[in-house]
Amino acid sequence: MSSTTKLFGLSAAVSVLALSAAAQDPVSLTIVSWGGAYTTSQQRAYHEPFMEANPHVTINNDDGSANALAGLRAQSQAGNVTWDLVDMLPSDAQLACDEGIIMQIDHDEMLAAAPDGTPASEDFLPGSLGECFIPQIVYSTILTVRPGAFPDDAQPETIMDLFDVENFPGRRALQDRPGTNLEWALYADGVDPDDIYDVLSTPEGVDRAFAKLDTIKDHIIFWTEGAQAPQLLADGEVAFATGYNGRMFEAIEVEGMDARIVYDGQIVEWDGWVVPADGPNLDVVMDYLYFATDTQRLADQAKYIPYGPARASSAALVGDHADLGIDMNQHMPTAPENYFAPIILDNDFWVDYGDELRERFANWMLQ
Amino acid sequence: MSQADATQAAPPKREKLFTADGTPLRKALERANRRRKLTALALVGPLLAFILIFFAFPIAQMMWRSVDNPQIVNALPRTLQALDTWDGQGVPNEAVFAALHADMIEDLDRPRREQTIGPLGIRLNYELSAARSAISRTSRAVQNFDAPYSDAFMDAHRLWGQPELWRIIKREGRPLTLSYYIAATDREYDEAGNIVKRPENRQIYVSLFGRTLALSLAITFMTFALGFPIAYFLANMPMRYANLLMIAVLLPFWTSLLVRTSAWIVLLQQQGVINELLVNIGLISDGNRISMIYNQTGTIIAMTHILLPFMVLPLYSVMRTIPVSYTRAAKSLGATPWTAFRRVYFPQTLPGIGAGGVLVFIISIGYYITPALVGGQSGRMISNEIARHIQQSLNWGLAAALGTMLLVGVLVLYWLYNRLVGADSLKFG
Repeated sequence: MSSTTKLFGLSAAVSVLALSAAAQDPVSLTIVSWGGAYTTSQQRAYHEPFMEANPHVTINNDDGSANALAGLRAQSQAGNVTWDLVDMLPSDAQLACDEGIIMQIDHDEMLAAAPDGTPASEDFLPGSLGECFIPQIVYSTILTVRPGAFPDDAQPETIMDLFDVENFPGRRALQDRPGTNLEWALYADGVDPDDIYDVLSTPEGVDRAFAKLDTIKDHIIFWTEGAQAPQLLADGEVAFATGYNGRMFEAIEVEGMDARIVYDGQIVEWDGWVVPADGPNLDVVMDYLYFATDTQRLADQAKYIPYGPARASSAALVGDHADLGIDMNQHMPTAPENYFAPIILDNDFWVDYGDELRERFANWMLQ
Repeated sequence: MSQADATQAAPPKREKLFTADGTPLRKALERANRRRKLTALALVGPLLAFILIFFAFPIAQMMWRSVDNPQIVNALPRTLQALDTWDGQGVPNEAVFAALHADMIEDLDRPRREQTIGPLGIRLNYELSAARSAISRTSRAVQNFDAPYSDAFMDAHRLWGQPELWRIIKREGRPLTLSYYIAATDREYDEAGNIVKRPENRQIYVSLFGRTLALSLAITFMTFALGFPIAYFLANMPMRYANLLMIAVLLPFWTSLLVRTSAWIVLLQQQGVINELLVNIGLISDGNRISMIYNQTGTIIAMTHILLPFMVLPLYSVMRTIPVSYTRAAKSLGATPWTAFRRVYFPQTLPGIGAGGVLVFIISIGYYITPALVGGQSGRMISNEIARHIQQSLNWGLAAALGTMLLVGVLVLYWLYNRLVGADSLKFG
């Protein structure tokens, strides 16, 4: 009897040893994101502190987010999931979730509560949580103008001016997809921001949006990649460019490009994490997520890029830019002085109508 | 004849020839041949396996995907059965809704990775906008539905009351579908189930195929017009100078595609080097800068440059082998230089032109990075649409249908070329 107990105790001790050794085995995480200034902000705000606290973990960045949906599906179908965590837009996350290739998230179970104890599901901004999606930032697509293209006393200030080629001549750089362009066309045509998607889900509304776009068609250059928009502005190729507010901030404040952001009609959206189902390092990924989405960490990211933290409790902690020392609050799309006429991007609408409208838009581009 | 003679001439008792160890010669020969064939097979084996695994198999899989249609069959077996008797008019009866309810309830109990309702919604949305949210919204509420189910479903989403959704479910409820090909040719089903053209504002693929063909032909012609003189010049030069100058052709060839494309952007844009130069020397005014990029011109210029080596190299290798004496002989017989070139030299370069032309044409028909970067709206090609469906919209069935059409198109063109010119005259080196 006693020898059995001894044996049991010994084997338990051995397995405990084995477990603790396993926990310290080197782990390498592949985190997929958008690249550029955005990945840098994640590297500095999340990856580095996490690796410091967990020396056995190495984090590799992969800039594949633009095609993450295709990558996730391919890996899942091949039965060889190599990505551990993916930064994704909510509409793509919804599709991946429907296909069952990413994990469902129990936000209160898996994420840290706010410092005052508010559970995560109540602390994240209303409407931002998804079934499989953990929001991280609020970003916006904004209009940027090159002041040198216009006289000082007649500078464009609104989205209407983007569609006014008579008073504001010059070429416009727009993204080569219907999203944002159709919303702005309706907004400039006088539709109230709250009604835009109702109008756009009717055939007449779509016609109306394309008719408005027709008025500037001969003045458009289309951009595909996020980096192209600031480049076209900096080259002086265009007078207006639409683009992501973080990239425009980087170009204007860090690289000194002569351009000005117009916040009228900014199109606001979330971006965040999804976890591929059947990934190889789920335990470590869960630790990382708990760490990287807490109140302090989300506020930290705003030190490097002007994307608003997706948690209400982080807002008060946003401070100065880590390198430039300028106050980041005024550069946030959600700052009160910038948030006067926002259009909240409706992801359900784009998941439903995207296929059809993309074809219509492609047809329109070809004509 | 001679063999028959030989056997007749041989003594009647020695009908067979034997090797030294006594095996019949024929058998020994067969064995040696078999061994040689096996060795040959073993030598090409790795390449054959490579081509099968990494080329033939993926292409076959891609083509399969363009007709594969499992989503509806997997998700709605009972509903499809109940729909069998539906005549396609109006909303189906309660029995169909009950079957749909049973199908959806059953799906909820499966492990998440095996659930079929999500893929079903995505699949239906290709045919009818908002079908995805109809499915997902209903699926979230379906546990609380009570009979009569038809009312509950129609309360959950307006689309359940539309015969169109039901017609699609019934029509696409088969393991194979043609709908991706129908969409790829800008067509769709009408209410009666006939295949008709799409509304004009949603037609894109046919005109895009046409444009891709026209652009590729233009690029092939441009590379020929520019490449022929270069190759001629190089071929008629002493070898050591030719080798040196060949670097000028090869260096861009070895430079990264993206670098070269970006260089063209720097050169051609409205505030770019060429426009700046033209404005400064007063050829054009500041307000009339030429648009050379972000349109078809940009695509043609950049791709002509990028594909030029594929034309120059086969031309050069053919021209190198044409003896100078032929042209000299023609001239000595009284031909003018132009006649000698046209009737003696040029016909001998045709295999090189054919090879270069086929190479450039086939490469350019599937090109997509350069058109995406410098093509603007009018310089995009079909490959850009295929890439978009693979990477962004994730409609792999449609991408596969478009890709298969492109592949078959190229094969048909190659077959035509073979019939008209003859592929055996192709010379790559």
